[in-house]
Amino acid sequence: MHKTILIGALTAAGLAAGASAAATVDDVKARGELICGSNTGLTGFGAPDANGNWQGFDVALCRAIAAAVLGDPNKVRFVPTTGETRFTALASGEVDVLIRNSTWTFSRDTELAFDFVAVNYYDGQGFMVKKDLGVASAKELDGATVCIQTGTTTELNLADFFKANNMTYTPVNVQDDSQAQQQYLAGACDAYTTDASGLAASRATMADPENHIILPEIISKEPLGPVVRHGDNNWGDIVRWTFYALVTAEEKGITAANVEEVAASSTDPEVRRLLGVEGDMGAKIGLDNEFAKRAIAAVGNYGEIFEANIGEATPIGLARGLNALWTQGGLQYAPPFR
Amino acid sequence: MSETHAATVSYVRDTMLPPAEAPVTERGAIKWLRENLFSGWLNTLLTLIALYIIFVAVRAVMPWLMNSVWNAASLGECRQIVAAAGEGATGACWAVIRDRWHQYMFGFYPRELYWRPVLAFGLLFVALAPVLYYGNRRAELTLTATAGAFVIAVLFALGTPFGIVAAVTVLMAALLALAWAAPKRLVWVTVFYAPVCYLLLWGGSVWAPVTAIAGFALLAAVFVALQPRVGVPVALGAGLVAAVLWWAYPDATVARALSSILPIGLTAVPSTQFGGFLLAITIGVTAISFSLPLGILLALGRQSNMLIVKALSVGFIEFIRGVPLITLLFTASLLLQYFLPPGTNFDIILRVIILVTFFAAAYLAEVIRGGLAALPRGQYEAADSLGLDYWQAQRLVILPQALKISIPGIVSTFIGLFKDTTLVSFVGLMDPLRGVTQIVRADINWKGIYWEPYIFVGAIFFLMCYGMSRYSMYLERKLRTDHR
Repeated sequence: MHKTILIGALTAAGLAAGASAAATVDDVKARGELICGSNTGLTGFGAPDANGNWQGFDVALCRAIAAAVLGDPNKVRFVPTTGETRFTALASGEVDVLIRNSTWTFSRDTELAFDFVAVNYYDGQGFMVKKDLGVASAKELDGATVCIQTGTTTELNLADFFKANNMTYTPVNVQDDSQAQQQYLAGACDAYTTDASGLAASRATMADPENHIILPEIISKEPLGPVVRHGDNNWGDIVRWTFYALVTAEEKGITAANVEEVAASSTDPEVRRLLGVEGDMGAKIGLDNEFAKRAIAAVGNYGEIFEANIGEATPIGLARGLNALWTQGGLQYAPPFR
Repeated sequence: MSETHAATVSYVRDTMLPPAEAPVTERGAIKWLRENLFSGWLNTLLTLIALYIIFVAVRAVMPWLMNSVWNAASLGECRQIVAAAGEGATGACWAVIRDRWHQYMFGFYPRELYWRPVLAFGLLFVALAPVLYYGNRRAELTLTATAGAFVIAVLFALGTPFGIVAAVTVLMAALLALAWAAPKRLVWVTVFYAPVCYLLLWGGSVWAPVTAIAGFALLAAVFVALQPRVGVPVALGAGLVAAVLWWAYPDATVARALSSILPIGLTAVPSTQFGGFLLAITIGVTAISFSLPLGILLALGRQSNMLIVKALSVGFIEFIRGVPLITLLFTASLLLQYFLPPGTNFDIILRVIILVTFFAAAYLAEVIRGGLAALPRGQYEAADSLGLDYWQAQRLVILPQALKISIPGIVSTFIGLFKDTTLVSFVGLMDPLRGVTQIVRADINWKGIYWEPYIFVGAIFFLMCYGMSRYSMYLERKLRTDHR
């Protein structure tokens, strides 16, 4: 039985080998489904719930793209990728877009031949310590034992930070976040370091959150964003401008609830262009003019996505911080729709 | 005699004394304790230390188990309930298993279709009955009846629609009747289990498995037609070529044509929905059943006098054994995608199954070669002197003995293979141990839970592996023909 599929696949492979790869957007439309590389499970950002429905901050962006391209936010297949498999899955074409809290770095952008089309979450590495350690700043951690995930950029950042401040530390290597938390709570290390968003989520679920503090220092820049392959710029444009449509929507006060009403009544020319009431923005990236309207209607604007998944009303309780709009002192700044 | 004796000696006991009970230190529990636990100062010391360690372990774990919480919606709620038990109390939060057991068992398999994997699991044992208990009618009956009762009970518990439960009950009753009336015929269930299982798990059109079976039928037909004239290897090769040609070209077209004429089938479930023990058992059972024949062939190939066959077998075995399974899994998940043209959708579970099968087959080949090497040369010569050809000799004389010797090694490899299926989490599949647990922990309600999922999954793995181990011991006892 299985042999059939194998041989069928090999045959199909042989037949298709000569044909050149079509543009990603055409593949997605032909397939009727967006394949989104996602996390194997990260609180608030992307994980399936008890019924197998994917939810989270990154997942919402996948759904927005599906709504923009295919008109249905549910036409997404989520492929869980691990830290090791994510970039190969994207490079080999197994996924159309990777939205999996991946840090935008020089070598990933250039050497691995990817395009980070936007930054949907500005993160940074922080430290959590027990309150009774009596430490108020990461600069006081000289000689501390630190729980750290192996094989991540956080490990390198940690080494850089301690070296720059002329301090020493003893690393306690752990495999994943849950193990880190377990070790930290068991007292195997004085401090626990990972991205600040992860620290906040861990702290929120501890039995005694009031006894743990997250130190004010953020020791690295972790711009996380959607990634596409080099060379298919049209697809990159679609992902980029779908995201910026959500940011612009927040800026202009357009929400999932009022998008229809705003489209009908607004006199702001940029809003009218964004929602496809006038101009032909969609046609310029190979979609129809209402792509942004559908994306907003499906998942809400950037602020709504943030609040619903990781914001202060959720148990994770992240403040907007760097991810506030530029008008409110943050870094989220969408180029103009014109 | 006794009378004379009684007459001459005055003090002779004429009744037998009842046997006295052995001294208290030489009987019962005390004797056992003295012999086994306190037979010297060193052993006494060791016993006391061991008792102390057990005491400490139990004291640490017992409150945690005694305060187990089964009903809660989140880890926080669990903690509140445990905290109510007293100051500093600890407690296990099994509520997470209660809340997410279905993902541990089935992954994302659609809930209304749970009856399909359950039925496939039950049928697995019916199909295994003639293999595991060949010629033991009573055991076959028991296994079939147990599997049937299990499936029906589980379906009821899952709240499956009545129609399906009724149909399954009829099917299981029919199989039981078959096992009772004609146990030999039960082999047909085994033969057709693979396509039926495929259909139940993945769904889709009925015709895909049917036309695939037609390929095997073609293989068999060519083999039977040619075998008397050209011998086993050539006939088998010709049959394989014919079958491969069938699968490669007309198969898909015929299947499509048939399904357009008569579209019957089950709701299709893509591989991405598989997870938990459903995934582990699918990969494990498929790999186990395909790796055994492949391993036997490789072991025979390695002993062959034919240069190319031997070189290929040795190369395959040494290459696969020399590479870690993780590497093979990454090959399955990543490299194959580079070799195949973009857009080719080659099922990830299938890719993993193929490489896990290869991996197990390479190890099995060496285990079986050990069995072959243990056979005295005389057995080969005896088979030759009877005028048996190579395949007859292998089938009738060599392999039955060699495989019997290799049973512990083979089962050990199987157990290892089954546990290795958890490694697929590294390629993004949802194995029960790490994949599903990670998803569960990503839920803010259960973030921070640590031991409970591991204990639960570990316990189920233990049950399955222990079952395999007990079966292997049964088989060894049953097949023991020597007089040691």
